[in-house]
Amino acid sequence: MTLNTWIDLVYLLAAIGFILALKGLSSPKHARNGNLLAAVAAAVAVGFTFAYPEVRAHALNLVLTLVAMAIGAAVAVPAARLVKMTAMPQMVAIFNGVGGGAAALVSIVVFLIEAPGKPAVYRIAEILFGVLVGCVSFSGSAIAFAKLQELMTGRPVTYPAQQVINGIVGVAIVALAIGTLVTGSVPLLVATAVLSLVLGVIFVLPIGGADVPVLISLLNSFTGLAVAASGFTLNNNLLIIAGTLVGASGMLLTRMMSKAMGRSLSNVLFSAFGSVVTATGGADGSGETRTVKTGTPEDIGVLLAYAHKVVIVPGYGLAVAQAQHTARELADLLMERGVEVFYAIHPVAGRMPGHMNVLLAEANVPYDELKEMDEANPEMATADVALVIGANDTVNPAAKNTPGSPIYGMPIINADEAANIVFLKRSMRPGFAGIDNELLFDDKTTLLFGDAKDTLTKLVAAVKNA
Amino acid sequence: MSTGILEFLTIFVLAAFVGNEVIGRVPSILHTPLMSGSNAIHGIILVGTILIMGEARGTVQITLAFLAVILATLNIVGGFVVTDRMLEMFKAKPAERAAKPESGDGSGDAGPGGAK
Repeated sequence: MTLNTWIDLVYLLAAIGFILALKGLSSPKHARNGNLLAAVAAAVAVGFTFAYPEVRAHALNLVLTLVAMAIGAAVAVPAARLVKMTAMPQMVAIFNGVGGGAAALVSIVVFLIEAPGKPAVYRIAEILFGVLVGCVSFSGSAIAFAKLQELMTGRPVTYPAQQVINGIVGVAIVALAIGTLVTGSVPLLVATAVLSLVLGVIFVLPIGGADVPVLISLLNSFTGLAVAASGFTLNNNLLIIAGTLVGASGMLLTRMMSKAMGRSLSNVLFSAFGSVVTATGGADGSGETRTVKTGTPEDIGVLLAYAHKVVIVPGYGLAVAQAQHTARELADLLMERGVEVFYAIHPVAGRMPGHMNVLLAEANVPYDELKEMDEANPEMATADVALVIGANDTVNPAAKNTPGSPIYGMPIINADEAANIVFLKRSMRPGFAGIDNELLFDDKTTLLFGDAKDTLTKLVAAVKNA
Repeated sequence: MSTGILEFLTIFVLAAFVGNEVIGRVPSILHTPLMSGSNAIHGIILVGTILIMGEARGTVQITLAFLAVILATLNIVGGFVVTDRMLEMFKAKPAERAAKPESGDGSGDAGPGGAK
């Protein structure tokens, strides 16, 4: 066998590793091993790539490759290790974006190498696809990162003539792409790349912060497709298989995520056009000052201590305040007093599906105290207290009652059915989706303002004294 | 090279079907780790960037390829490490939770069987 055949064989094994890894990642038992398997497969494949004589032909290029890898690893490892659990979603967004950028750059360099030789139309098409999708994924992920990191507003960004502008950019990209196909001109390809970056930005801007996780999943799928396109241009089976696997499974995962929010994917991506106006209009319309009921920690402590059943509904506010340990302390204290306590976890509580489970697992909350929404909702009507900690949109009855609302149709935790509702909130600011919550004004509702960790600590003390 | 395109298309189509089948019915608590894990898998573009660096000539090509290798390394290394950290949290630690010794029996810490 020739050297190339050996390398291809290793690539095949790596591809099998990736398939098994994805399978493992979809079951709680094998998820961690699945990820390790994928990492090993990737490392072996990367290692064997250096066996290609072309890769080692020029010492300077080889050295630069190793230097670049060292730089990348030196940045990535600490970033991934030190990032707070609450900031994981934006970390995924940024790592996804750079992958898309890498795929686009590969396609661009291939084009630079081959352009003088008048490449065949199908090769230019492969390259264009890689550049376009990779660039959209890169700039789109950057905006998603900015939204999640709160470098910019999490609300949908809309401006006049938005759809017209989007249309013009879209048409321009198609025209430039056709021009590149016909002429094989480098400047035209570069212009296509730049406009694709713009497209990524304007595609993501109108998507509301609460929907960004679904968006990241979609962009993840896009990057997979861009990698597959690079595989076509480089005649590399491993890139085609890995990229396509991620592209296909990512698309399916994206649809599952939007289903978990009770929405269609197109609704998630395009609902901002028009619906935002009604949402803000509704909030302003009921402009007469309404009063909310606030309580002292002592009042609420007594309420909790003498309840039979308390349901804790955690949200992003709990995560931000790093209050998961204190929440568990309160739950344990109540359980010692014989109160039935469980956590009701909305599928998108936190910033991403499953995010809250990860955070509570970090605080060693046992699995059997965590109930998924479908399991928790039938029990809400019999609960004495729904203790909503830093959550808002996921308990907003507007999702059930207000057809004009942007979150209408999203399944929620039915906190409104509990006999009493206690909100631990930082302020009256609306949630991530930017919509007012009727439940805050309900007669059954008591509010306790402050940082979740702070208020929970006070509640723990109050329950001890009750 | 042009005979290869059909072969590659075949692989592409088959891989698309596998990708759709393999993740099956994933529970919603694993949506984020799965996304993150597949994010790391497409970091295999690193292989592509290494290959292209081998063929790059001249300052422009080499600079772009250099940048591509850095970005791809960020994707693959960061992706796997972040996913592993997420999944680390899923390990149930029942023993740690029941660590409070009920009574000093001497052998009390040996058997976590009666925890709860």
